[in-house]
Amino acid sequence: MSSQVHGAQKFDKKKRSEIKFSDAGMAAAQEILARYPEGKKKSGVIPILHIAQAEFGGWLSPEAMDYVAEVIKIKPIEVYEVASFYSMFNLKPVGKCTLEVCRTSSCWLCGAEDIVKYIEKKLNIKDGQTTKDGMFTLKTVECLGSCGTAPMLQCGASFHENLTYEKVDSLIEKYKSEGRQRSYTDLDYHNTL
Amino acid sequence: MVMEKKLLIHNDKVPGINTYEVYRAHGGYASVEKALKTMTPDQVTDEVKKSGLRGRGGAGFPTGLKWSFLAKPEGVPRYLVCNADESEPGTFKDRYLMEKIPHALIEGMITASYALGARDSYIYIRGEYFYVYRILENAIKEAYAAGMLGENILGTNFSHHVHMQIGAGAYICGEETALLESLEGKRGNPRIKPPFPAVAGLWGCPTVVNNVETIAAVVPIVNEGGEAYAKIGIGKSTGTKLISASGHINKPGVYELELGLPVEEFIYSEEYCGGIRNGKKLKAVVAGGSSVPILPAELILKTAKGEPRLMTYESLGDGGFLTGTMLGSGGFIVMDEDTSIVKNLYTFARFYHHESCGQCSPCREGTGWMEKILHKFFDGTATESDVDLLWDIQSKIEGKTICPLGEAAAWPVAAAIRHFKQEFIDVAKSKKYNDVSHYNRLNKLAKV
Repeated sequence: MSSQVHGAQKFDKKKRSEIKFSDAGMAAAQEILARYPEGKKKSGVIPILHIAQAEFGGWLSPEAMDYVAEVIKIKPIEVYEVASFYSMFNLKPVGKCTLEVCRTSSCWLCGAEDIVKYIEKKLNIKDGQTTKDGMFTLKTVECLGSCGTAPMLQCGASFHENLTYEKVDSLIEKYKSEGRQRSYTDLDYHNTL
Repeated sequence: MVMEKKLLIHNDKVPGINTYEVYRAHGGYASVEKALKTMTPDQVTDEVKKSGLRGRGGAGFPTGLKWSFLAKPEGVPRYLVCNADESEPGTFKDRYLMEKIPHALIEGMITASYALGARDSYIYIRGEYFYVYRILENAIKEAYAAGMLGENILGTNFSHHVHMQIGAGAYICGEETALLESLEGKRGNPRIKPPFPAVAGLWGCPTVVNNVETIAAVVPIVNEGGEAYAKIGIGKSTGTKLISASGHINKPGVYELELGLPVEEFIYSEEYCGGIRNGKKLKAVVAGGSSVPILPAELILKTAKGEPRLMTYESLGDGGFLTGTMLGSGGFIVMDEDTSIVKNLYTFARFYHHESCGQCSPCREGTGWMEKILHKFFDGTATESDVDLLWDIQSKIEGKTICPLGEAAAWPVAAAIRHFKQEFIDVAKSKKYNDVSHYNRLNKLAKV
């Protein structure tokens, strides 16, 4: 599980008072909360944290987590303990595009280590680091359920499968030219299954 | 009646089968009509019992029996929860099914919920599958528009609502009580059982948690009858199973096969895996997802008694863990002669260490120790005694944790040492690990 600690981030009261979902984000959050019976709205914490991470720069600041607690009407600690458990939540800032390369058995058997090395060399960063321009973060992750199309990486909602060095080149080029943040909640997903 | 040998993904290549219209035109939602209009809930459960269907998530527990355990106190809601948290390394069948034929799952959810008397059901899908979540969300909308979901479905008294729930990256949430904790908005820490979910599950209410493939299999069972389904397969391994094939094979992918197919045929025939890549020899197979014991070529093709090994729960389990393995989730990982079993085991150990929830000390500490000791084999510091140390640690995790992640982490270590001990000793002795670059070995591209 994630070993990131909330305490490492400073809490900014001014930022907390300014932080707010977009109208679309708030509508999505309310739609999620409607799925659960009265008194059980805490169930919305994971899906709503996904919205927060997408809307507030790709990571969950303490201010963002407190805001989520307010939206769901639960205590901030109930949000922190969930956010710190799940590996898809970033408790520290990351690049606009996080390249998550699967490294477990089947992907390793099919060359995941070489893909990681190639990206490290190409972007001049190590696993876990972000490029100086803030565009890319490289992260090795555990099995993403794409074993038959290994090696693979995930960026935002998109699965990039049967990777070759050329494919890595072209997707990095594409993301760089688009220049925008990629999130798990993106609607324009791509997959090659 | 003789049933088709493909029941779940037979329509996967039909253009537009992901839409309600095309799915319906190909006989979709017939099980909902049949169950709601002509059967009682108990009759549906009886058909599932007769079918012999066993949970397809990995444990293989009889589904009808699981359903019959569901407590039914008056005035308390009951829930069906679909486990779509597929994250056992080597397994990707549920993703394929949900992405290609999302309505097959929605249809199964409705029919199963009718049998269980559930007004609401939840599909808990792993966070990384967010795009599949979108596909299912869309399918649910279509089903509502067509009147297959909502109040008084098809004019009957049965009302049902399917809700989606997204996870956020945690293998442990595939364990059913951890999944329920996560669905309640908490950390995915497995619960102590009893009480079982059938008595106190989601929000303390009686709950059935079933795997995606299990729920989808309810559709053909209701359509054709449990007895017809039970005629497919061998013995207690009835029906068909989706197998996720990956690794060093010519044709990786998802295959639906009748239980009972010889393993050798599955690996080498053109209809399935198409043999080992680059004309290499088979070294080992992990037959049912990362947690099941790895078997060397000779034991995966034939049992210790010399009988051909079949793709069934019983045949794969023949010989126990000494010479057998498990069908598990059907995550079939094939390794060729050049594969380092030590390095593959290291990827598993690293995985389980990463995914341990941290509740139980034997698992939290033990998985970390196993990863660290295995890492010594790659920096040249391992000694022969480390092999014994690994064996000792794994034996102290198994059976001493709240949930089966402890076993899942221990079994692969035990099996790798049991069958490939000399390889571990050789790496330790030579003080040098010669990692063949897999990517280059597969000749996809020149060296970086």
